[in-house]
Amino acid sequence: MNHDFSKLPEIFDRYSRNPESLIAVLQDIQQEYHYLPCEALQETAKNLSVPLSKVFSVSTFYNAFSLTPRGKKIIRICKGTACHIRGAYQLQHQFETMLGIKAGETSKDLKYTLEVVNCVGACAMAPVVIVDEKYHGSVDVSNVKRLIKRG
Amino acid sequence: MRIESVEQLRKLEKKYRGETESHPVRVHICYGPGCLANGAQEIGDRFRKVIKEKKLKNFKVEAIKETGCHGFCERGPLVVLEPEGTFYTKVKVKDVEAIVEKSLGKSEIIESLLYTNPADDKKIQRYKDIPFYAHQKRIALRNLGQIDQTSLHDYIAAGGYQGLAKALTAMNPNKVIKEVELSGIRGRGGGGFATGRKWATCAKIESDVRYVVCNGDEGDPGAFMDRAIMEGDPHTVLEGMIICAYAVGSTQGYVYVRDEYPLAVVHLQKAIEDAEAVGLIGENILGTGFSFHIAISRGAGAFVCGESSALMRSVAGEVGEPRAKYIRSVVKGLKDKPTVLNNVETFACIPVILSEGGKAFSKIGTPKSTGTKAFSLVGKIENTGLIEVPMGTTLREIIYNIGGGIKDGKPFKAVQTGGPSGGCLPESKLDLPVDFDTLTEAGSMMGSGGMIVMDDATCVVDVARYFLSFLVEESCGKCVPCREGLYQLHQSAVRICEGKGTDDDLEIMQHLSDMIVIGSLCGLGTSGPNPFLSTIRYFRDEYEAHIKEKKCPAGVCTALITYIITDRCTGCLACIPACATDAITGKKGQVHQLAQDKCDRCGACYAVCKYDAIEIH
Ligand SMILES: Cc1cc2nc3c(=O)[nH]c(=O)nc-3n(C[C@H](O)[C@H](O)[C@H](O)COP(=O)(O)O)c2cc1C
Ligand code: FES
Repeated sequence: MNHDFSKLPEIFDRYSRNPESLIAVLQDIQQEYHYLPCEALQETAKNLSVPLSKVFSVSTFYNAFSLTPRGKKIIRICKGTACHIRGAYQLQHQFETMLGIKAGETSKDLKYTLEVVNCVGACAMAPVVIVDEKYHGSVDVSNVKRLIKRG
Repeated sequence: MRIESVEQLRKLEKKYRGETESHPVRVHICYGPGCLANGAQEIGDRFRKVIKEKKLKNFKVEAIKETGCHGFCERGPLVVLEPEGTFYTKVKVKDVEAIVEKSLGKSEIIESLLYTNPADDKKIQRYKDIPFYAHQKRIALRNLGQIDQTSLHDYIAAGGYQGLAKALTAMNPNKVIKEVELSGIRGRGGGGFATGRKWATCAKIESDVRYVVCNGDEGDPGAFMDRAIMEGDPHTVLEGMIICAYAVGSTQGYVYVRDEYPLAVVHLQKAIEDAEAVGLIGENILGTGFSFHIAISRGAGAFVCGESSALMRSVAGEVGEPRAKYIRSVVKGLKDKPTVLNNVETFACIPVILSEGGKAFSKIGTPKSTGTKAFSLVGKIENTGLIEVPMGTTLREIIYNIGGGIKDGKPFKAVQTGGPSGGCLPESKLDLPVDFDTLTEAGSMMGSGGMIVMDDATCVVDVARYFLSFLVEESCGKCVPCREGLYQLHQSAVRICEGKGTDDDLEIMQHLSDMIVIGSLCGLGTSGPNPFLSTIRYFRDEYEAHIKEKKCPAGVCTALITYIITDRCTGCLACIPACATDAITGKKGQVHQLAQDKCDRCGACYAVCKYDAIEIH
């Protein structure tokens, strides 16, 4: 994939260029490109004086980071306890079948990414699905098609 | 404008309170997570627009407040008219005009938007009279629903920063610690460690630098108290931290906020900037010479980072792996300096302890667990929401008096507290008082405050399997007992759920659990087997039904159930498109057929059927 990496210096400048800023910088890179492109990780290592191995280790440790490109529309199913007992499993199954991808995957055409998350703090309206940052509460399987189409 | 002295702060409080009270009616719109998802934002926008159009005489736009989570999420979106406390539930955008015309213009009450008490079918006007609220006592959540969520003006008007003012001017650091010790408060993050003792230890360690860190990681799935506080009343967290910093002699603090809570970051950031602008954070706070800075550190999605030593590594930009417990973080914490780490709710109580006195706080609750505790009451319960009760309140009172009982009148089965480290308690334990020690004794845990209620359609074996899979995923992998032990536990649980389990599985699980508890490095592992241990203790028969009879009594474990379309089917066609595997066929008006070989038991048909025509066997 081709990316415009000219934004990187500006991201590095938001923090002091030292190893302590690593997570914050990676979060901003992820925000910008929706994933962590390999070139950006190499630049990060250089600029923050962190070994590349450590940049990779942090990038793979935390759930928020993705090393592969993600889709245009990001669908996140909450699998926290409250959502689990109110049927999040069925929702996940329905999304997976309808999108033809498993949780954690992105469709080939880069249209959709399906993710599961552990509790998004809206447990009172379980089960919760977040489509592109918008929360949908009390979702049931019959809403899945609409959420995929319109979000 | 900087607030240069405590006297000036007191004057401001009076002035601001006067300003707030000068509005004959205030419209409090709940902007908590639940209400927001149900359209609170649109309701707020509509209010502003309608009020502008109608040109109400006695009403200023400033009297519209966007508040934090009011608590009764089940009935949201909520709009409350203060000071009367008139409580409008399930408000829609189209209701706004009527509210403005009738309730703001003519002080009329709109009956149809009021809460109906299910006990006698009567409408209740004020929220304080609704059983859900009447049985609560709010300290940590005191401002939620009462003030505009990020407004420093409103926080000060509500008596905010007075605890800090008292600490800075009338008490020396040692006296502040004594006051916190006197309150008896124990950490709200799960462990229940005495907060005053923690501060006292940290203050005694020789060091040039000390840190104060707020744990806003809230990894416990099913819990959102800390989110509600950080978003809905960020200043109280900051005030608690500043008081702590003064007590232990720290000049730098961090709030560690979970990645999934972006709004909490925005609100905390605004609160920090507003407080800095008036000199409540930064150099020379309130003209007293004391200085303290606060920065936000964002998590990146790792449950284990709620653990103190892992959290501190994460703040420092590293992989969040815990270290052995014998090094305590009050001695060697963040960047190897003495550090006080407390939970969001713990800090939220501190300003009240200072302004009202530790003694008053210690009189609430039980002798060994003082004060109140916030819970997120969720799951299969009528009144889901955010609550706060005195410690020692029984589970039954919480679930039935406040929670209104089990959803749709179904039988109660279990209540889960303490998240992945906690356990499930059965009906026979409902009269236990909720406090740190009692819950631990019963095999569960107070935890940070998630309280998940389960009915007879919840399978406890599946719940244990669920938590184990959560923990396997979240284990950092550093120590073997946790990484491999939990993995094997999970494998056994999966086998049982699939009907392939044997008695040996149970024996191995019991044995493994003992090893994991003894051998793990951090709390994630040592308490990891709890969901299994508590369910096998109270619900052994359900495990046995899975193993011996190959049955899931709750009808949850997909390998052990079949869906059957009964002749109650009206032939409405609704389930046919819902089925993702095309297992259902049929014509309009005729009973549909379900091909068992195609059915993958996802439950979609069951969920969409309006006629209860589909049964689980
Ligand atoms: C695996 C694990 C996860 C934890 N997660 C949290 C959390 O999300 N929030 C929290 O406040 N404490 C959490 N804790 C407890 C903290 O380690 C720590 O005890 C607490 O933040 C101290 O604050 P307190 O004394 O005010 O409770 C966790 C502990 C463990 C072992
Ligand atoms: S469990 Fe899904 S939002 Fe909390």
